[in-house]
Amino acid sequence: MSMYKDIAWNGLWKQNSILAQLLGLCPLLAVSTNLVNAVSLGLATILVMMLANFAISALRALIPYEIRIPVFILIIAALVTVVDLAFNAFLHDMYLVLGIFIPLIVTNCIVLARVEAFAAKNGLRASTLDGLMMGVGFVWVIALLGAVRELIGQGTLFSGIEMIFPTLSGIQVLPESYPGFLVAILPPGAFFVLGLLVAGRNWLDARSNQRVREHRLHDQHPPATTVTA
Amino acid sequence: MNEPIEVGRRESSVLRISLRTAAIMLAFTLVFTAMMAGTYKATEPLVAASALAEKLRLIGEVLPPAQYDNDLMADAVILPPQAALGLDDETRLWRARRNGGPAALVFEAAARDGYSGRISLILAVGADGRLLAVRVTGHKETPGLGDYIDPKKDRNKTRPWITQFNNLGFDGVPRDKWRVKKDGGRFDQMSGATISARAVTNASGRALAWAVENRDKLFTLPPDSRFEGKETP
Repeated sequence: MSMYKDIAWNGLWKQNSILAQLLGLCPLLAVSTNLVNAVSLGLATILVMMLANFAISALRALIPYEIRIPVFILIIAALVTVVDLAFNAFLHDMYLVLGIFIPLIVTNCIVLARVEAFAAKNGLRASTLDGLMMGVGFVWVIALLGAVRELIGQGTLFSGIEMIFPTLSGIQVLPESYPGFLVAILPPGAFFVLGLLVAGRNWLDARSNQRVREHRLHDQHPPATTVTA
Repeated sequence: MNEPIEVGRRESSVLRISLRTAAIMLAFTLVFTAMMAGTYKATEPLVAASALAEKLRLIGEVLPPAQYDNDLMADAVILPPQAALGLDDETRLWRARRNGGPAALVFEAAARDGYSGRISLILAVGADGRLLAVRVTGHKETPGLGDYIDPKKDRNKTRPWITQFNNLGFDGVPRDKWRVKKDGGRFDQMSGATISARAVTNASGRALAWAVENRDKLFTLPPDSRFEGKETP
């Protein structure tokens, strides 16, 4: 049970694919121009990560160590292609929205990283959960990044949601006269906001480490070694 | 005396391992390629049907079905790459007719000078030489800035930017005024995002001029024949 808890905590925070590992920046920075795009890519990424981790975990006994990386890439690329085609054929309306994001997932090295670091060494259930949790960790950070960039850049939130739910429409958060701040939407803005998010995470971690240390000093325990992610 | 034999054995086992590994890699490649091919084959009819429905929906946006009574999909001409339309690939041009007479031409075009890459357009040009409507079918313009050329992203929902071309011909807007206001023409652009608007405006002007020049020939060609205009590579 605690193993599954660890997997969840690693994915969501401690080893978060973006904030801690800084992996998958290419799709992250390209797509997080608004909240709806960001969440759409995130959901597609969760699906692919779960499938990839499941498939590699199931086949891990058959894959020779020396050629594991090409085999992993082959399997991930094949899965992404199959997901892309299946979406196009069976969920065409959703494909029109998510379609452009699915091929981008191949460029997300977090998929390969989790397959190599986790699924190749662990059982089916733990590996699938790891894919899910790493994916959820990716989604919440990319959603936050998308929301901040959209709000600063355009003054809106959820713009473009009518492409997924035709009855809904985006919210104008800042006054209509807000001129917009282009830098937030262009790539440099993505780096600025991402930098602030990473700094925020480090600050929170440093603060909680500090607390643990003070607590231990107070209890006359020997100083703890700092835990690195 | 023993040494060469042992070395030989080691070499042969290295060779065996290499071959085995290569065989495994080959097996994985075959299995997963077969999986992709199988999925492709299985989904092909559905994907083609969706693509056709999507195309009909796009055509419906520039040319309402009420304006013609022929089978538009069956009445097409093959267009080799046309420089005037900014196209590199062979495309199809559909001919709408009403009561047997020419009604409109529907075809694709592209602006190569968008802010980031090409902007794909679909246009309907009436038999009288007016641009009935134009829509953006694909673009990579900056979200929230240049993407107002796509009415789905335009904040002005009552009168999106792209609708200002509707029903205009060179009799109403002279060819040399078919530009954005910033370039001395007739069409609005949004301040700070002129490049996207200029690209679409100029491309639609070029496409309209091409259609007006070639419309008689385009309407009279037999279905599914190739249009042999001024072909440019």
